[in-house]
Amino acid sequence: MAGNPFPLSKAELLKAYRTMRTIREFEERLHVDFGRGDIPGFVHLYAGEEAAAAGIMIHLGDGDRIASTHRGHGHCIAKGVDVGEMMLEIYGKKGGSCNGKGGSMHIADLSKGMMGANGILGAGAPLVCGAALAAKYRKKGEVAISFVGDGASNQGTFLESLNLAAVWNLPAIFVVENNGYAESTSRDYGVAVDSYVDRAAGFGLPGITVDGTDFFAVYEAAGEIIRRAREGGGPSLLECKMVRFHGHFEGDAQTYRGPGELDDIRANHDCLKKFAAQVTAAGVISADELAPIDREALAVVEDAVARAKAAPLPTVADLTTDVYVSY
Amino acid sequence: MARKISMKQAINEALDQEMARDPSVICMGEDIVGGAGGEGERDAWGGVLGVTKGLYAKHGDRLMDTPLSESAYIGAAIGAAACGMRPVAELMFIDFMGVCFDQIFNQAAKFKYMFGGKAETPVVIRAMVGAGFRAAAQHSQMLTPLFTHIPGIKVVCPSTPYDTKGLLIQAIRDNDPVIFCEHKNLYGFEGEVPEASYAIPFGEANVVRDGRDATVVAYGLMVHRALEAAASLAKEGIEIEIVDLRTLSPIDMDTVLDSVTKTGRLVCVDEANPRCSIAADVSAQVAMRAFGALKAGIEMVTPPHVPVPFSPPLEDLYIPSAAQVAAAVRKTLKGGRH
Ligand SMILES: Cc1ncc(C[n+]2csc(CCOP(=O)(O)OP(=O)(O)O)c2C)c(N)n1
Ligand SMILES: [Mg+2]
Repeated sequence: MAGNPFPLSKAELLKAYRTMRTIREFEERLHVDFGRGDIPGFVHLYAGEEAAAAGIMIHLGDGDRIASTHRGHGHCIAKGVDVGEMMLEIYGKKGGSCNGKGGSMHIADLSKGMMGANGILGAGAPLVCGAALAAKYRKKGEVAISFVGDGASNQGTFLESLNLAAVWNLPAIFVVENNGYAESTSRDYGVAVDSYVDRAAGFGLPGITVDGTDFFAVYEAAGEIIRRAREGGGPSLLECKMVRFHGHFEGDAQTYRGPGELDDIRANHDCLKKFAAQVTAAGVISADELAPIDREALAVVEDAVARAKAAPLPTVADLTTDVYVSY
Repeated sequence: MARKISMKQAINEALDQEMARDPSVICMGEDIVGGAGGEGERDAWGGVLGVTKGLYAKHGDRLMDTPLSESAYIGAAIGAAACGMRPVAELMFIDFMGVCFDQIFNQAAKFKYMFGGKAETPVVIRAMVGAGFRAAAQHSQMLTPLFTHIPGIKVVCPSTPYDTKGLLIQAIRDNDPVIFCEHKNLYGFEGEVPEASYAIPFGEANVVRDGRDATVVAYGLMVHRALEAAASLAKEGIEIEIVDLRTLSPIDMDTVLDSVTKTGRLVCVDEANPRCSIAADVSAQVAMRAFGALKAGIEMVTPPHVPVPFSPPLEDLYIPSAAQVAAAVRKTLKGGRH
């Protein structure tokens, strides 16, 4: 067998694949369960975007912080948040990541360095400046990463944060997940510049654009800017060009897409298919070695759903905990 | 001619008629048309819940999709208003107000007074309010008291399609900044609405039910909870009078005071958190101005002073119920001054 041409060991490659596959199964299952009316509220799925979360988070430890978006499930799973607790949370059950108080849009696990999905666009970027500031004080080489969509990259909070991070030379990284749309509006309508690299340059930050459906491209670019940040080299911006497999949120008819667009996305821009093709073509991992991971990821998700459905709901006593109530 | 339409349709119709009537009326907001810059359908969304759908076909580029930059476009709507336009900006969820609050409370609210009466700012900011959508802490708030607190802004929160159309038309014609609060759980609620255009003046509460025993003051979705409570109380022989405030700023205290003078008892219902709420404000005003008329302590029915929880049973417990309103009425009827 040929040598391993990838910058990761076989074990690491299998781990990355497992992360992406778990996210995919998690999201596809939510798509079905939401359609059945089992899941309350707003659900934004990360399916199609897995390579970004996996390719970045593989460089991080629990001491590194991330702030996520409304489309946060993939970030959570890649950052090590418990899949069972996430499912409980999405079902609004006791024992969920936030004890049922947050739901899909607010899953957080501070012990894993996951500072929360967020219902407010752009809100994570200033928080990440704070996390990076704390990391800088602690001097353990930790970094903080803010995820933001192409649409939310137009928020003042995000743009102010780029400047603050640059001025304070923070170990902060801003990842723009450019999936081409903000709700139904195309990226090109909402963002005046063609390249986020240019935008970063305007704020005094190095920027880089990668194919976000290519795990290895994300892995390499993220690795370099994270290393630089750990060594005191300051903040960077990473744009991942990617695709979303589902609507903006569940229930979106997606009539704003061009004809055949979704079929093309799924056929030709599936990050999991790409990864499998790359590692099998190189002869590093065989299809037979990937298949059990597929089965295991599915089993993990099915188990999480079964437990979430069976779990108890919060009760009246939970309504007034976790907050200062003076009357 | 009146026909039954939903609150959502009433909003669409009011915008349509005002845009046709006055060329200075423009609309802007995130995905209020939808599909901008893409290869698919234009007017793909018509707003996140389809409220403005179809207006693009009639009014074209007078409806503008915006980048996700609330400070910039809400501020731009305010600036355009100060320069002769009548913009209606949609902010989707009122919770997002946090992003652009300066433009509203330091800019729009202040111009007229701070510039010695020389500026008008006829801007309308539409936003969804309220819980019940399982949308959790950042997409479910009322925040009505926050805006009511600020002089220079008018605050509207209708409970029926009829009021919605008339008050939105008034909001667009009004020369002050108006925060127009649309309860997301009332969008599908239907009622009789005349096709012809009409404006309902601000500062006129609506007595939606006559009764002798107690006054219940409410607005928005809570008017419907009060009506449900009234039906069950009537079976016990208790007749409540329900005052729908309709506009919170200006507020029609005269109607409230008249009613309390008649009934001697007051229950204030508010879906906003209790501290510094509309309920607290009305209670204080009545205590100051009609203390002598009160035969019992004032009751408030509000959510607990906590953020809106996600889990359905918790959210249902959070939102004031008809049963809670009825219980508060019974309590005030038991209480008495001797
Ligand atoms: C401050 C704020 N404004 C608007 C919204 C409503 N909203 C939620 S997601 C979204 C689109 C986000 O697009 P993008 O940033 O590209 O992320 P994507 O959904 O594509 O992952 C909008 C407008 C919000 N949640 N917060
Ligand atoms: Mg996007």
